[in-house]
Amino acid sequence: MKLVEALTLALSGLSANRLRSALTMLGILIGVGAVILLVAVGTGTSVQIQTQIQNLGSNIVYVYPANQRAGGVSQGFGTGQTLTQGDVDALNDKAQAPDIVTAIPITQAQGIMVYQNQNWFAATSGTTEDFPQVRNYEIAAGAMFTDGDVRNAAKVVVIGQTVVDNLFAGDADAAVGQTIKIQRQSFRVAGVFAPKGSAGLGNQDNIAVVPISTAWAYLTGGRGKNISQIIVEATGSDTVTAAQNEATQILLNRHQIGDPTQADFQTQSQQDILNSFSQITGALTLLLGAIAAISLVVGGIGIMNIMLVTVTERTREIGIRKAIGARRSDILLQFLIESMVLSGLGGVLGILVGTGLAAWLGSAAPRIAGGSLPPPVVSVPSVLLAFGVSVGIGLFFGIYPANRAAVLNPIEALRYE
Amino acid sequence: MADEHQGAPESTAIIELEDVSKVYRMGKVEVQALKGVSLRVGAGEFIAIMGASGSGKSTLMNIIGCLDLPTSGRYLLDGVDVRRLDDNQLAAVRNRKIGFVFQSFNLIPRSSALHNVEMPLIYAGLGAGRRRRAMAALEAVGLSERARHQPNELSGGQQQRVAVARALVTEPAILLADEPTGNLDSESGLEIMRLMAELNAQGRTIVLITHEADLAAFARRVVRLRDGEVVSDEPSERRWEVSV
Repeated sequence: MKLVEALTLALSGLSANRLRSALTMLGILIGVGAVILLVAVGTGTSVQIQTQIQNLGSNIVYVYPANQRAGGVSQGFGTGQTLTQGDVDALNDKAQAPDIVTAIPITQAQGIMVYQNQNWFAATSGTTEDFPQVRNYEIAAGAMFTDGDVRNAAKVVVIGQTVVDNLFAGDADAAVGQTIKIQRQSFRVAGVFAPKGSAGLGNQDNIAVVPISTAWAYLTGGRGKNISQIIVEATGSDTVTAAQNEATQILLNRHQIGDPTQADFQTQSQQDILNSFSQITGALTLLLGAIAAISLVVGGIGIMNIMLVTVTERTREIGIRKAIGARRSDILLQFLIESMVLSGLGGVLGILVGTGLAAWLGSAAPRIAGGSLPPPVVSVPSVLLAFGVSVGIGLFFGIYPANRAAVLNPIEALRYE
Repeated sequence: MADEHQGAPESTAIIELEDVSKVYRMGKVEVQALKGVSLRVGAGEFIAIMGASGSGKSTLMNIIGCLDLPTSGRYLLDGVDVRRLDDNQLAAVRNRKIGFVFQSFNLIPRSSALHNVEMPLIYAGLGAGRRRRAMAALEAVGLSERARHQPNELSGGQQQRVAVARALVTEPAILLADEPTGNLDSESGLEIMRLMAELNAQGRTIVLITHEADLAAFARRVVRLRDGEVVSDEPSERRWEVSV
């Protein structure tokens, strides 16, 4: 029997029980739709996090002090105080590190900011005038502080949009030139960073940067000239590894450490961070997909159930077909194709519904969740896979009922009422 | 099929049963449905197999129709020993050599008359000319104008004529009719029997299974079964020629 005839036969069988076929398809539709949608949400999250990591600055290598140990007990990430301004200067030496454009030191300070009767809490970093270039920040109003400000430990600050929102009711131009207090010290607002967006990695607009010398003098509470990280910018995306190696070698030499495993600092490239986040989001996507796949299996069982009913109902028809010369394989094919059409059609509808919902969620996400929900990204492989799996489910769950039909004894089948 | 012939047949025997027995197991009880039946049907014969219910005529029909295999004995259909055939070959034999007409018509519901008649040709793997042959078969039973109708839109007599067309479409060696008038009023029943007689007059071999003596009278030869044995085998009076 030819495939075309088997297909027409299957379609006429399905259209004979339209409601039943539709309900059975619904099971697969929901399963496939759920897989597409949830995998799209997972992929969307992954894409967004990647974009944000790119936004942290391109071609970046981070250098952190190694974990400080006290009596063999690690004191936690970045607790050591092994990085110095001398290290930063050495990394900026083109002769030693040709693949490094700029290295900037960061020291972290914290404190309540006050402007008139408003107050706000933001992470305050001490750094140098190269900070916007390295971390991909644009200046929206005013200007970045200068190297002169760094030399003179000027009490100036550049703030992010979130700080402006909370202290100056969102008016960036009004903020420039005003004086705010950080840890009860007065700082003049020199400039405002353009917004970079939030979500995922935390709010990148809730920042304030001051000259590092100023931070050491007024904000870090006499902890000395501590540098909590050095951010190194490589000359290009293909020189990140070279820059990372140069930074490691320079610091090993300066700290007089021969064995790299004993280093009192650690480096991490953006790629390293991307990799670890991809692992997390990959696992998340897999988990979401697996949960959705359960509903796909339930849909498959629905197909098997209805196919068993169909075979029983059509026992007599099967007997007739066998009497007029249908072979076992003909009967098997007829019911297999019927169940595969059922699941394949359900799969196609599920793909339409899933992508439709994903698109709707993408457009409605900002309204619903205020930006905390990343727009779903439907990937072509997940669509193809979903379709293949749905047809496969029809095949898998159709085999048992179809085989039951194929091995029916024609005499008994003809006698069946 | 020439190599499957079991020696050259002396005459043109279509059906040759030699000492055929059939034993069923129903739980622990063995039921002997046929006890050594021997029967020879030549090409072009119109034979009626008669018997009360339980006489074994249904079992005999199933064996002649290759729906079932004998427990012992030999059955040659058109010279082929069916006991040597596997499931697929039996299906092919049913498809090409036997045309079934059942008491309850047994048309496929929700399929047009034409599609029902086409079906054996589909299973025969025929592509080209299928529709034309099906139409010709419907025309032969006088139902070409009902080709697009579904079984539930046809009268009982018309449904049975569609069934006859379906049985004939593959040009089978025998037409096997099991109580073909059992579900029909006497008028339609008579029509079907006349159709059978006509087909036989055109040279078609017909085996009619029935318990009604009136119907058996349409055949040229009547075989009576009782308790799984042939009790008589004699020519019929062919009353139908008078009654037509």
